[in-house]
Amino acid sequence: MDCYTANWNPLGDSAFYRKYELYSMDWDLKEELRDCLVAAAPYGGPIALLRNPWRKEKTASMRPVLDIYSASGMPLASLLWKSGPVVSLGWSAEEELLCVQEDGAVLVYGLHGDFRRHFSMGNEVLQNRVLDARIFHTEFGSGVAILTGAHRFTLSANVGDLKLRRMPEVPGLQSAPSCWTTLCQDRVAQILLAVGPDLYLLDHAACSAVTPPGLAPGVSSFLQMAVSFTYRHLALFTDTGYIWMGTASLKEKLCEFNCNIRAPPKQMVWCSRPRSKERAVVVAWERRLMVVGDAPESIQFVLDEDSYLVPELDGVRIFSRSTHEFLHEVPVASEEIFKIASMAPGALLLEAQKEYEKESQKADEYLREIQELGQLTQAVQQCIEAAGHEHQPDMQKSLLRAASFGKCFLDRFPPDSFVHMCQDLRVLNAVRDYHIGIPLTYRKYRYKQLTIQVLLDRLVLRRLYPLAIQICEYLRLPEVQGVSRILAHWACYKVQQKDVSDEDVARAINQKLGDTPGVSYSDIAARAYGCGRTELAIKLLEYEPRSGEQVPLLLKMKRSKLALSKAIESGDTDLVFTVLLHLKNELNRGDFFMTLRNQPMALSLYRQFCKHQELETLKDLYNQDDNHQELGSFHIRASYAAEERIEGRVAALQTAADAFYKAKNEFAAKATEDQMRLLRLQRRLEDELGGQFLDLSLHDTATTLILGGHNKRAEQLARDFRIPDKRLWWLKLTALADLEDWEELEKFSKSKKSPIGYLPFVEICMKQHNKYEAKKYASRVGPEQKVKALLLVGDVAQAADVAIEHRNEAELSLVLSHCTGATDGATADKIQRARAQAQKK
Amino acid sequence: MAFPHRPDAPELPDFSMLKRLARDQLIYLLEQLPGKKDLFIEADLMSPLDRIANVSILKQHEVDKLYKVENKPALSSNEHKLLACRAAFLFSVDLVNADKLAGRTRKYKVIFSPQKFYACEMVLEEEGIYGDVSCDEWAFSLLPLDVDLLSMELPEFFRDYFLEGDQRWINTVAQALHLLSTLYGSFPNCYGIGRCAKMSYELWRKLEEEEDGETKGRRPEIGHIFLLDRDVDFVTALCSQVVYEGLVDDTFRIKCGSVDFGPEVTSSDKSLKVLLNAEDKVFNEIRNEHFSNVFGFLSQKARNLQAQYDRRRGMDIKQMKNFVSQELKGLKQEHRLLSLHIGACESIMKKKTKQDFQELIKTEHALLEGFNIRESTSYIEEHIDRQVSPIESLRLMCLLSITENGLIPKDYRSLKTQYLQSYGPDHLLTFSNLRRAGLLTEQAPGDTLTAVESKVSKLVTDKAAGKITDAFSSLAKRSNFRAISKKLNLIPRVDGEYDLKVPRDMAYVFSGAYVPLSCRIVEQVLERRSWQGLDEVVRLLNCSEFAFTDMTKDDKASSESLRLILVVFLGGCTFSEVSALRFLGREKGYRFIFLTTAVTNSARLMEAMSEVKA
Repeated sequence: MDCYTANWNPLGDSAFYRKYELYSMDWDLKEELRDCLVAAAPYGGPIALLRNPWRKEKTASMRPVLDIYSASGMPLASLLWKSGPVVSLGWSAEEELLCVQEDGAVLVYGLHGDFRRHFSMGNEVLQNRVLDARIFHTEFGSGVAILTGAHRFTLSANVGDLKLRRMPEVPGLQSAPSCWTTLCQDRVAQILLAVGPDLYLLDHAACSAVTPPGLAPGVSSFLQMAVSFTYRHLALFTDTGYIWMGTASLKEKLCEFNCNIRAPPKQMVWCSRPRSKERAVVVAWERRLMVVGDAPESIQFVLDEDSYLVPELDGVRIFSRSTHEFLHEVPVASEEIFKIASMAPGALLLEAQKEYEKESQKADEYLREIQELGQLTQAVQQCIEAAGHEHQPDMQKSLLRAASFGKCFLDRFPPDSFVHMCQDLRVLNAVRDYHIGIPLTYRKYRYKQLTIQVLLDRLVLRRLYPLAIQICEYLRLPEVQGVSRILAHWACYKVQQKDVSDEDVARAINQKLGDTPGVSYSDIAARAYGCGRTELAIKLLEYEPRSGEQVPLLLKMKRSKLALSKAIESGDTDLVFTVLLHLKNELNRGDFFMTLRNQPMALSLYRQFCKHQELETLKDLYNQDDNHQELGSFHIRASYAAEERIEGRVAALQTAADAFYKAKNEFAAKATEDQMRLLRLQRRLEDELGGQFLDLSLHDTATTLILGGHNKRAEQLARDFRIPDKRLWWLKLTALADLEDWEELEKFSKSKKSPIGYLPFVEICMKQHNKYEAKKYASRVGPEQKVKALLLVGDVAQAADVAIEHRNEAELSLVLSHCTGATDGATADKIQRARAQAQKK
Repeated sequence: MAFPHRPDAPELPDFSMLKRLARDQLIYLLEQLPGKKDLFIEADLMSPLDRIANVSILKQHEVDKLYKVENKPALSSNEHKLLACRAAFLFSVDLVNADKLAGRTRKYKVIFSPQKFYACEMVLEEEGIYGDVSCDEWAFSLLPLDVDLLSMELPEFFRDYFLEGDQRWINTVAQALHLLSTLYGSFPNCYGIGRCAKMSYELWRKLEEEEDGETKGRRPEIGHIFLLDRDVDFVTALCSQVVYEGLVDDTFRIKCGSVDFGPEVTSSDKSLKVLLNAEDKVFNEIRNEHFSNVFGFLSQKARNLQAQYDRRRGMDIKQMKNFVSQELKGLKQEHRLLSLHIGACESIMKKKTKQDFQELIKTEHALLEGFNIRESTSYIEEHIDRQVSPIESLRLMCLLSITENGLIPKDYRSLKTQYLQSYGPDHLLTFSNLRRAGLLTEQAPGDTLTAVESKVSKLVTDKAAGKITDAFSSLAKRSNFRAISKKLNLIPRVDGEYDLKVPRDMAYVFSGAYVPLSCRIVEQVLERRSWQGLDEVVRLLNCSEFAFTDMTKDDKASSESLRLILVVFLGGCTFSEVSALRFLGREKGYRFIFLTTAVTNSARLMEAMSEVKA
């Protein structure tokens, strides 16, 4: 273990930096890196190389080739570059490769070299060509900054939501700046550029000259500048070999260093850890790598090969043709444990555990020492934390073993941190694997942006579905977030395999997915349709349990009729309606109606709509169906609702009558014709007699006539329209009583024998409170209703007599119930007697 | 007199939660348009809104003025306008356009309740104002009218579904059921009869499946759910109601759980809006009573009240103080209610105890029992000739038709002719509607089907048609009332007088003449816990395909919950049915909860079918 700190290099008094190998690269590069355009995505992302970017020859063999590798050098894609000359490459936060061309066009490729889309950086860029370009990341996404041939800057802070911003002109700028970079402060992207000894800061409004505080004198030009991963710090390299390090706001200097090398460095990047006080910059020349910070000395490495630096959140990745290394500041926990002769609790615990395994009593001594200081909890925590920072599984294991050992001596140590660390490390080790090639550090995974969801997305992006699913299962993620999401992605990928038949793909997908919750077959089908596989899409939709989800896609695929039956199946009327309107626009009217005919549910829905919105269409619908009954009703409705003039109404009724005849509804037809006659008659009556007749019913018309004293006309009307006798009598009776024309009423009553009897006469007279008249008719009431009539006129005594005569029990009780108080006492007695007599018999 | 519940009767779930839910949602919607705003409300929504949020709540959320939506543009000065409406929406178009013409731009929000239909948006778009308004949904589908009565307040459901075959509202029903099962646990036992019941049920199940998890673990509070289509039993809904609550509804029209008592009831010159529910103690005791008992009860109550007032004589100061501070208010309240109900009773008596009404009831009973058909028919004819009431006549005709499996052709024609002569020929449309809904039909001579019917039967055999309704299918239906009545023993055989004071069965809600068919079905199915043994009845109801039972083996359901039954009436239920089932519940130790698309009665049914606006 003594050699463990062998690769630790001290920088100043307090910090160590170490560099270790992540992978030996698997790629078989023929070119030197310096001959390629290189771009590596942060967070252990993929590496893109564009070979021969500057060759102008048109021969096929010499065309530029774009290769994409994983961080371990596994080839992911390779394609021949056929577009224009590329100035710069870069990866977006979603791991899409952005290729900035000389003409300002940006081509976007996926991880597997699949072309996604392209966009242009504007006309100005097109005219002046691109001199230089940078892809940068902010919290909003990935941006592109461009320096044009006219020495102007254009940038877009987020390529996902492209808004081009042309930066203000730098006064007096005649040649390209010696170096420049993008900054991001207060959520605004800025550009810092160096021209000779001057620095300018460009934001979207203005260009201002800036001077870094405490800059050593004698600078005539800046050769390189670097901004840290979080945009908080800035480093400047001058032609005097002097490095200034400060805040990105240029308000504060942190430290400076003079390396006495005047050659312009190839790359300069920050190497710092979040929440660490140490700041360091890594500067790379052709054969030399230097880590400088707030210390008089620097750490120097010799580079055997042409290397490329990738700034990361907590360090720097360095890859060359043969290796891929990671350089970072040794984290506190590791430092405490592994520093030579460290007496930190973690270090003691690790030692104790080792002794314990050797079955040595020293274990106890160490343990006691920690316990005496009361630092066992801290020791366990340190070991757990340090395990996270180790790259080698062996070392992780021994640290975790130490932690687990220490835990045994603690009463109450919350197990979460240990369990989580074990889980996290398993996941990290799995993705760090050579075949996967995502060299994530624990810090990147746990503390900052990258979450398990993003990690899963990245795996999915690399089509590493089985691993992703294993991780989900291992971490017991809920199905909807985990397994089924990944399966859905897999299915979306599967449908793109054009060499497999529709049948097989559909079956394979269904076999894998079954009815896993959270999987949307319609999404997969939409993808299949997107790839031009309509048949496959339809097959996949069959598996979709929610018919509501099937419909929109079916419509999009122009399978409207299928969509209609699916919509009806779903029972969702809204959906049916959506399809209907679609169909209405898509089909000609005849076909549309025919389709409706076979779908009664849709038909009634559409009818309802037409009733409110398109009455004319409704008529057409009925016509189409030869539904004469409804057509007749339609015209009748129209005659009452729409037509004002009487001619119009009669005409509408005529049409209705015709329809009813066709519908073989003689009754309705006759009734309609009668109404036409009545309407005409009413008009005539209005003309001749004045008053209001229109729209009265036949009954009311007759009543109005009688009330107006036109008895003759009323009778004529009754004859013409065959008003039954009974009705006529009721009608006349009521009307005459209303008029209180008792004389006429009496005449009428004697005109012939009443078809309704004479009880109604009594009733109605009583209603008008004319007892005198009522009595007249009471005598004429037939025997079976006599009692009722007599009671109505209030002649209880006579009623009693009649009832007794009839020997009708019901009538007797009825009379009895009308006997009130003293006046009818005698009558009541009489009835009782009669009853008693009847009972005797 | 009012029958108490059995001591072991289960507690009802707390439905006030639904009210709170609806209110919170409304407030959320109001707050979406900050600042002062005017609220335009469709007439149909006025009363339900009033039950959910009173004016002061609206004011709190900066509603400046309230308008009832009419077809004329209202002048209002506020920047924001809120429109709350059902599926009808044309007026909002006018409103917005009027403002547009006047060159004013304002913020509009159209709130659709209980659901926004795609068609609504479409119309807005076609009218060219889609961009000017924002749309929202107020998913307010369940209004608790009483502790055991939930109404969806969708009176249009009846016509839309049973006449027009429009299935829009079924989704709303399914969502209401979904809401209930989310709040009160899923229902372990489900029964249903009717096409609409089946569709609603299936749709609801689908909703439950889509939204898995959450509700699964809940302990069910309600053990049974029973869905019933109105067209399974039109007869009950067509009968005159004689139970107090039903009678009040028939006479004064209970709207959204409250009634407007006119001056003749309040015995003052003002009308009074009274909330009728279990909180009204007087009403609560008489609501389920046969009307003949009500008066006696009320006078007894008045005497008790007097006695309580009288206690104050001979009280010392301390007792008096107690009396005034504690009891007096309650007594006063009771007094007020008592006088109101006495007034209502008087008013009803005046209208109903006349000979006409007796005759009417007699005829109805004759129709139900199926004797003296000729006499009843001529009674109806006279009723029409005398222009007694268009709605009543229509109702009697329908009752005759349904109980007799359709009118004989001669009567069918003559009654219709008479009716048209009395009330105008535009009722031709009404008759066509009634025929379509199967309410008023002609006895088919033999089995020859008309052209339309054969078309329908073709559709029904069609594979796709298995799931769909067509309004025409009711044409082919026969009501078979007489046979059903015999099978289910709906007409009680009574020796001597039926004691309405101490009823023996549910028939008391119709003076002992008839047990409501719908309630009998519920009773029978609950007894058997399935439709088993009722095959013949189901066949006679033409519902062979639409009767279903679904039981989940769920041990979590407590015996308490198993005695709570939710009865869902699709197309409306009457107060008589509610009373009858309440009675059944008391007899058997159940508690029934009612969910209806709207409270209905015979007059409302007829008006829904009528094309002529009264």
